Amino acid sequence: MPPLSRWFIKSSFVYLVATFVSGVLAVVDAAWDVIPGAVQVTPVYYHLFMLGWVSQLIFGVGNWMFPVYSREAPRRSERLGWAVYGLLNGGLELLVLAEVVRAFAAEQAGHWLQAVGALLLWLAGTAFVANTWGRIRGK
Amino acid sequence: MPALSVWFVRTALFYLLLGFTFGGLLLSNKGVPYAPALWRLRSLHIEILMVGWFIQFAMGVAFWIFPRWWHEPRRGDERGAYLAYGLLNLGIWAVALPLLFDWSGVFVTIGRVVEAAAALAFATHIWPRTVGREG
Amino acid sequence: MPPLTRWFIRIAFLYLVVGLLLGLLLALRPILPLPPFLTGTIPVYFHLFLVGWLTQLIFGTVFWLFPPADPPRPELEARLGWSALLLLNAGLLFRVVGEPAVALRPGSPWGWLLVISAICQWVGGLAYVILVWPRARERARAKGRREEAA
Repeated sequence: MPPLSRWFIKSSFVYLVATFVSGVLAVVDAAWDVIPGAVQVTPVYYHLFMLGWVSQLIFGVGNWMFPVYSREAPRRSERLGWAVYGLLNGGLELLVLAEVVRAFAAEQAGHWLQAVGALLLWLAGTAFVANTWGRIRGK
Repeated sequence: MPALSVWFVRTALFYLLLGFTFGGLLLSNKGVPYAPALWRLRSLHIEILMVGWFIQFAMGVAFWIFPRWWHEPRRGDERGAYLAYGLLNLGIWAVALPLLFDWSGVFVTIGRVVEAAAALAFATHIWPRTVGREG
Repeated sequence: MPPLTRWFIRIAFLYLVVGLLLGLLLALRPILPLPPFLTGTIPVYFHLFLVGWLTQLIFGTVFWLFPPADPPRPELEARLGWSALLLLNAGLLFRVVGEPAVALRPGSPWGWLLVISAICQWVGGLAYVILVWPRARERARAKGRREEAA
């Protein structure tokens, strides 16, 4: 299994646990209102799950198992692959940070962090598709 | 495909169909409201698909395809994976039933903790198998 | 990779990019003056991602990697597989159009588009489960070894 795949997959398992922790937080907050009102735990929970766990796992396994691009460049661009890793995880961290910032009543800053996080995530997805499209082929 | 993976995958496929059924009822009711009480299924729909389908399916396939050792047991200590199967499916219903019947949030919290334990159990099994050729 | 797998995966890739773009637009709503109908697209965002990207990618990869059914049934599998692909995507596209339309005009005939979307996606999912269920199996060789050891 190539190093990039191992990083993606191990990170995905960290996010899987984080997903459930945020899931517990969301439930506790819904029942007992323990978190400041502006903080939105549930969207974070969904994004940790959809992007941090499942998509990241797919990126890692896909990078490992999809047909090679060419003999010279089996996984096409390794650099772009690592950029996907950085953009995906950077974007997710910004989404989480946006909620932390909101907890301290900095709404506008929270909105901007969320928007930049969403931009990084879109760039990650686009880069992954660009790097992997050519590997989705018959013989 | 090892037997445990068959269990994981077939259970996931069952949840896929169940979740799609709830989703279909919810979406059609959204378009043409014929049974407002159906909205209660929303939390179940989400839980069953997110945990019952996605997570369960990924665990089943990962248990099957991730690198194996040269020596026996080829998949290492499998107890974490078996425990994960039991805890995950227990956790799904421990979350789903309280959501459906509006029981206290304490029960949902317990269910989430059980699911988190399933994730940890599976991670302890699969982590050593996430190796390169030199591993 | 068989053609059905390639279609599922490439279409899933498109949903990944479009879904994340919609997510970006939704994140920009509090900052920029964007059309109000976007708020009605939040469920669309989640389903483009969860059904269009994740589920479809899984469907395509599973069709490629899982052992064949025993006995093999290639014609039935082709019919089920292509039906699943068409119905799932038709259902999603009907939802993309129908959901914001219903949010803007509740009680309008656009609601029936969501009903059709629901039926298409459900039948597509059912077709796929029927396709894959018999392929989620131990291979005969491994099963024999397990029985011998017992």
